[in-house]
Amino acid sequence: MSLQGNYLGMSLSIDDLDHENLTYFGHCARHNFHLQKCDDCGLLRYPPTTGCPWCASPRASWTAVEGKGEVHSYEEVHHAIQPAFKSHTPYMVLLVDLDTQKGKPSEHEALRVVGNLTTPEGALAPPDQVRRVGIGTRVRLVFSDVAEGLSLPQWTLDATAKQPDQPWRYPQE
Amino acid sequence: MPLPADTDVSTPRYLRDKYAIVGVGETTYTRGSDKTTRALGTWALRNAADDAGIKTSDIDGMLSYSGNDSTSATFMAGDIGARLNFYMDCVGGGSSTEALIGIAIGVMEAGLCNCVAIFRAMNGFSQVRIGGTGARSATPVGGDMLHNRAYGWQSAGQMFSPTFMRHMYDYGTTPEQVAMVKVVHSEHASNNPKAYYKKRYTVDDVLSSRIICKPLHLLDCCVETDNATAIIVTRADRAKDMRHTPALIRGVVGRCNKPRMDMHYQAGPIDRVAGYYARNILWPNAGVGPEDIDATGAYDAFTFTAMLQLEDYGFCKKGEGGEYVSSGITRLGGRRPNNTSGGHLCEGYTHGMNMVIENVRQLRHDVDDSCPPGADGKRQHTYDYREGGCRQVKDIEVTANLGWANPMTTSGMVMRRG
Repeated sequence: MSLQGNYLGMSLSIDDLDHENLTYFGHCARHNFHLQKCDDCGLLRYPPTTGCPWCASPRASWTAVEGKGEVHSYEEVHHAIQPAFKSHTPYMVLLVDLDTQKGKPSEHEALRVVGNLTTPEGALAPPDQVRRVGIGTRVRLVFSDVAEGLSLPQWTLDATAKQPDQPWRYPQE
Repeated sequence: MPLPADTDVSTPRYLRDKYAIVGVGETTYTRGSDKTTRALGTWALRNAADDAGIKTSDIDGMLSYSGNDSTSATFMAGDIGARLNFYMDCVGGGSSTEALIGIAIGVMEAGLCNCVAIFRAMNGFSQVRIGGTGARSATPVGGDMLHNRAYGWQSAGQMFSPTFMRHMYDYGTTPEQVAMVKVVHSEHASNNPKAYYKKRYTVDDVLSSRIICKPLHLLDCCVETDNATAIIVTRADRAKDMRHTPALIRGVVGRCNKPRMDMHYQAGPIDRVAGYYARNILWPNAGVGPEDIDATGAYDAFTFTAMLQLEDYGFCKKGEGGEYVSSGITRLGGRRPNNTSGGHLCEGYTHGMNMVIENVRQLRHDVDDSCPPGADGKRQHTYDYREGGCRQVKDIEVTANLGWANPMTTSGMVMRRG
């Protein structure tokens, strides 16, 4: 069954034949984070694909993955392009290295999961939180509920983790 | 001219210098063309044929690229009176020019046709905005796009910025260094009568312009313009009959990629761009290396993109791109000027073709600046690069174009003066 929803005024949809994304977002809707784990080489991958990018095997199993990690890079959007985001600037797009599988298969790889910086409830973070986050910030995965059966994974500050004294931020504020 | 020893070649040696760009053409670079992409395209194609000294009906192959924002070769050909033996319209933006030149060589070598015109026609300001605003911004988000657009991660600047930011983190690249790309290209544009923006900018101008998407200021981003551009590729032996000194094609790399094209941030250092792979194809194919290049056309969709490509194609050490672009090397009069027309940051946005056109004109030693013509009708270049002056690179023999689609995809080409 296809999934549809309206998020910040944007129309989101997943076709009924897109089994990989339906399964991924189906787990997200239950606020569980699952990724495909290759049945042959055992490596996880993100986002969903139809084959293993590391060994090309088409066989994989959905596996629960802990949603914790560290900001690998970020951007701060001040001039939104999509109308949906214009009233939420500045907003942050984070590229987060999951702790799980970091440095595999080589030192330069990680499961780098995209999300906005949000509140723990999954609302786009206010400016005072945006200013506190940079490369090195510890974050945890939360969800923005879009519609029945459809939620987006997001990132929020991990209040329980030890944070760097000063995360790396773009030098011009 | 002597070139380094030919070793480790993947292009057959006999293909080097066998094909040439013999004609270049463009419309005005403008905002508000008041013309269809069909009318713009045929205008540029006619100019390119005229520049080559051929009839438009001599064109028997046609290639184009677009993001479904243009007119197909099937409409252009009839409008210029050409019966085509081959054509292909490809989807794509930046990095397409050099890749299609490679394809043009391939189809001519295979005997499919003899004279290929490549065009890009776009109303990048007045119709389909290249920055992604307007109609493109409000399209529904489906399937795999939920992993990017749903996060307000959609436009080119937004998609590339994690690469740019990480480069600053890993290597200490500063906003002031990167801003020099705009400064230098604006100096070049001020000597280009056809540039859309001819004003010279300072580092302070760039850094005090508003933030679009940190780390990008407004002036770190290229212009959006309406225009068409065209080039004509044929065998070098046919080029002898044509109007200008040919730009011989030494070697090409086309749409070469990083791993994980579905989301390249999953692989490798994320501030490595596809030039890292492409350089191992381009330089052996061309039989030259970065040190042999007199001028570059490193794609400047953003200030950062030019820097990253120069770095990963090997013009400086990894991480030293900021120093390279702020050292004066890339300026007219420097060791290896980059984008002498002003490029995408100033001249106009064409998805890469104007940077190839510029290098063709440079290699003819007849770039279209304001220098006065002499008795032979050719411009008498002064090599005085002050504002409004000359932009011809002195004694230029070899150029490199480094095309960019995104951090994961690049094309490149080396040309030499025929």
